[in-house]
Amino acid sequence: MNCPEVRNLVHASLDGELDLMRQMEIDDHLRQCDACQTIYESHVALRSALKADGVYFTAPADLERRIRAVVRTAAAPRRWWSAVFPAPGLTVAAATAAIIIAVIAGPLLSRRSQGDQLAHEVVSAHIRSLMPGHLTDVLSSDQHTVKPWFAGKLDFSPPVVDLTDAEFPLVGGRLDYVDNRPIAALAYRRREHIINLFVWPSPSNTDVPETLEQGQGYNALSWTRDHTNFWAVSDLNASELRQFAQLVRDRTSG
Amino acid sequence: MPASPFEKAVLPHLNAAYNLARWLTRNDHDAEDVVQDAYLRALRFFGGFRGDDGRAWLLAIVRNTCYDFLRSHRPQELTEAFDEEVHTTVDNDQSPETVLIRRADQAMVRRAVETLPLPLREVIILRELEGLSYKEIADASGIKIGTVMSRLARARARLQQLLGSDAPREIGG
Repeated sequence: MNCPEVRNLVHASLDGELDLMRQMEIDDHLRQCDACQTIYESHVALRSALKADGVYFTAPADLERRIRAVVRTAAAPRRWWSAVFPAPGLTVAAATAAIIIAVIAGPLLSRRSQGDQLAHEVVSAHIRSLMPGHLTDVLSSDQHTVKPWFAGKLDFSPPVVDLTDAEFPLVGGRLDYVDNRPIAALAYRRREHIINLFVWPSPSNTDVPETLEQGQGYNALSWTRDHTNFWAVSDLNASELRQFAQLVRDRTSG
Repeated sequence: MPASPFEKAVLPHLNAAYNLARWLTRNDHDAEDVVQDAYLRALRFFGGFRGDDGRAWLLAIVRNTCYDFLRSHRPQELTEAFDEEVHTTVDNDQSPETVLIRRADQAMVRRAVETLPLPLREVIILRELEGLSYKEIADASGIKIGTVMSRLARARARLQQLLGSDAPREIGG
């Protein structure tokens, strides 16, 4: 093997990707050629520099606990159909589920496109709110200041909850316009991410479970509960946004 | 609550997931966000996982989650000029006396790796820090094995230049 051939294969040799025959030819050449040997050694030196302590990033101490929590939360709701069909794995049950889904999906389709339109509106409202000076009309982290501020400005009283203890501090509130009506927008913060929580009354008395829409780099979670529509919009990751939504639900119920 | 099969298969690889996400996003908070999202994606696709190497499987998902994150938050990093056709002649023409690496401290090494274009950074991290084979890197990154080899050669040549004995002094800070 000549020098150019060896220099082409030096990486594969170093990475243990060569068959035994080729590897032996390389080793033979390196023993006889100082120039190639030096190049080989420089790659070995680079490798040990990369393996030095402090180059590898290790995960923050509490990340595993947080991931375990979001994974368990995310895994839990998947069991909804096992409540309907207590004997899991039955193909009859699965077929029945498919039929039921097909039957209910029809009416949902029209709601879906309406939902897409709303998702577009709330994401636009979220982006507008991030422009300088647009985020809050009332700047306060105190729910007892923010909630009364809406009185007289809206025909409903939005629930305002304090989530500072869960590391979602309230930033303030403002009026916005979505779904052809004035609504309440509450701004929360998670690290450097802003979350807008849009709240307005729902004409329907049917509760709608949480739905995630994603687009333009934003996550939008919506749900309807107790005659109220909620949309949480942020560039925060979906799992933490779900955690936020769960906290809002927990603290506005009852 | 006992650990699920999913947790047993992928939670032990959390450091690998974080290391890769941290190197590709170059930011602590973004890396944490990406890793959390990657685990949720992994959970969704876990039914399709055939159980031999949770680590390479998870890293492929982390890599794709990083790219999605960069695409929506920092698209310019994905469109930075990167010419696949420039081959490794630099490396092969290298004169032997320039190649000995100075004793490099970890901050210097980190800075040098951070300056690599994303496609080169990705292969060097997967190979040198995570120990993936060429085949595993090709699968995770969606490129051919030949491309893995040429990118690795270029990444190493670039790092040799940045950390080598004739490198400009200021890289050491």
